[in-house]
Amino acid sequence: MATTTTTVPSAGPVAGSRSFLSRLRDGDEIARMITFLFAASVVLVTVLLVLELWQGSVLARHKFGFNFFRTSVWDPIFDQFGALPFIYGTLVTAGVSLVIAVPLGIGAAIFLAELAPARVSDALEFFIDLLAAVPSVIYGLLGVFIVVPLMRDYLQPALKKTLGFLPLFQGPAYGVGFLTAGIVLAIMVIPYIISVSREVLLSVPRDQREAALSLGSTRWEATWKVVVPFARGGIMGSIFLALARALGETMAVTMVIGNNPIVSASLFSPGYSIAAVIANELTEATSNLHYQSLIELGLVLFILTFVLNGLARLLIVATSQRGAGMGNA
Amino acid sequence: MKRIAGMLLVVLAVAGVLWADGALSITGAGATFPYPMYSKWFDEYHKQNANLSINYQSIGSGGGIKQVTEGTVDFGASDGPMNDEQLKAYADKHGWGILHFPTVMGAVVPFYNIPGVTAELNFTPEALAGIYLGKITKWNDPAITGANKGISLPANDIVVVHRAEGSGTTFCWTDYLSKVSDEWKTKVGKGGSVNWPVGLGGKGSEGVTGTVKNTPNSIGYVELTYAESNKIPYGNVKNAAGVFVKASLGAVSAAAAGAAKDMPDDFRVSITNAPGKASYPISTFTWLLIPEKFTDTAKRDAIKGFVKWALKDGQGYAEGLSYAKLPTEVVAKELKAIDKIQ
Repeated sequence: MATTTTTVPSAGPVAGSRSFLSRLRDGDEIARMITFLFAASVVLVTVLLVLELWQGSVLARHKFGFNFFRTSVWDPIFDQFGALPFIYGTLVTAGVSLVIAVPLGIGAAIFLAELAPARVSDALEFFIDLLAAVPSVIYGLLGVFIVVPLMRDYLQPALKKTLGFLPLFQGPAYGVGFLTAGIVLAIMVIPYIISVSREVLLSVPRDQREAALSLGSTRWEATWKVVVPFARGGIMGSIFLALARALGETMAVTMVIGNNPIVSASLFSPGYSIAAVIANELTEATSNLHYQSLIELGLVLFILTFVLNGLARLLIVATSQRGAGMGNA
Repeated sequence: MKRIAGMLLVVLAVAGVLWADGALSITGAGATFPYPMYSKWFDEYHKQNANLSINYQSIGSGGGIKQVTEGTVDFGASDGPMNDEQLKAYADKHGWGILHFPTVMGAVVPFYNIPGVTAELNFTPEALAGIYLGKITKWNDPAITGANKGISLPANDIVVVHRAEGSGTTFCWTDYLSKVSDEWKTKVGKGGSVNWPVGLGGKGSEGVTGTVKNTPNSIGYVELTYAESNKIPYGNVKNAAGVFVKASLGAVSAAAAGAAKDMPDDFRVSITNAPGKASYPISTFTWLLIPEKFTDTAKRDAIKGFVKWALKDGQGYAEGLSYAKLPTEVVAKELKAIDKIQ
């Protein structure tokens, strides 16, 4: 670009257009322009999205201000809207899902990348990709018909008996609620963690592994102390991909969370998430304030995702530096 | 380049010819509850009038009101009448009003899952309001057992289930509870989605049904059509005359007949808790929302023709789909009101 603009005008318009045209024929310029447009459209869409959400929620923002985030009454009839239970529900379900999915997913990825025979690993990878492609409504149905009854009849009573002294596991066992939604989300995001982490682990250079082994470490030591730290950035990336999916998941969550805006310490309690309430109420929102409050919830979800993604980047940078430091020592 | 331009011209010309020659197309959007009925009607009417096609999107009553007010569709549809504020918003935007036309009627029924109880339960308005307010928490509460002599109800906690998403079904249910309970009216109110005092939200009729079937000691509500087509047994409700009535098309028509006598000119009337011994109390009309004025006369005449047909021949399809037919007095009144569309 810089060369075209500086040299072409001095050569005169005719020569300039000819050289531009000839470059067009080569295809390089066309490819550059088209791909630039595609890349720019991503930024444009993001900016437009934020702008639209910001403008679409003007009534709600002015009426409730910061109280929108602090209050927990959601009343479409009396036009009172507070987002706290939805933000809480979104974060808690995503958190529960990661607590379950991260150890399982990374463990499975280590097995597939380091320990399993290549043929087994490839065959399993096929199934994992298949799982990642299952539509979320299917996971929701699985949740409603299998996880919910199991939770109500077995897991929740068992948790109550053993860990019932914790506020996390108290209250009536409906089967639906934060914990169930978290478990269904975990099932949904595990394939992402396994698939990406496995790729990252496989791409760790061979000489890293061999160097560790030649220094006398066992195979597990080489994996755990050398290969996994080397791949840490990529594994983190897989976790945050999973987190993003868990935060925004709508269908599967609304089918098993109980859809009641409650802030409760108990994971057995029914709750609600931002994406679920938007999907459920937007079509029937008759008052302007109700409609705009739902749009503002969309904005909140966007900001939440944005902030968590930013934190993720920082974490990756910080840990990869520490990892390098450890390597030097 | 020239060739492409030429091809474009040809395509445009063909499209233009098809457009000029082709069908008049009318779009509508709104209520999901009468959607099976409407799609049957539009289909049948299209068979008889090949050059008119009506495209209806069942996006929900709130969406229907919103879109017809914005002017993005030719007509709307809703399970609850527009309120005064919404009517004013419409008139302010367009300079003319919007008319309500009842098309068919439906009902909402309570159903439950209590282990060991197979009998049909009777519900008083006090019991239903108390349960949904969270004040009646056990199945053996006197408010419930008093109306169900001879049935032994367990001392278990009641699990309340409601619709999670906004819906006309919820509008009818909360409209009824607002009429029979002052506490409900002041604390919760009526609407497509409300601030529920207690309970679990199920997504859609299938979500409510699934949750009730899966959860022991639970109670929920669905449309009569849905309960009938899915063979869900449901309870009786005590009407304004003090009789326990099981929902049926006849009982819904009876509720409408009570209301038909003093039907207001704009048809915005609720028939919940209607008088009459045979009336089922949780019944409702569903409405088409049609602008008073059309700038496109072809569209105007087409819509008028369709509404006339739906009120006469169209009613014949209602009972096959478990909707109740409009009472003849209401139909007669509506046929006159069609002339208001200009």
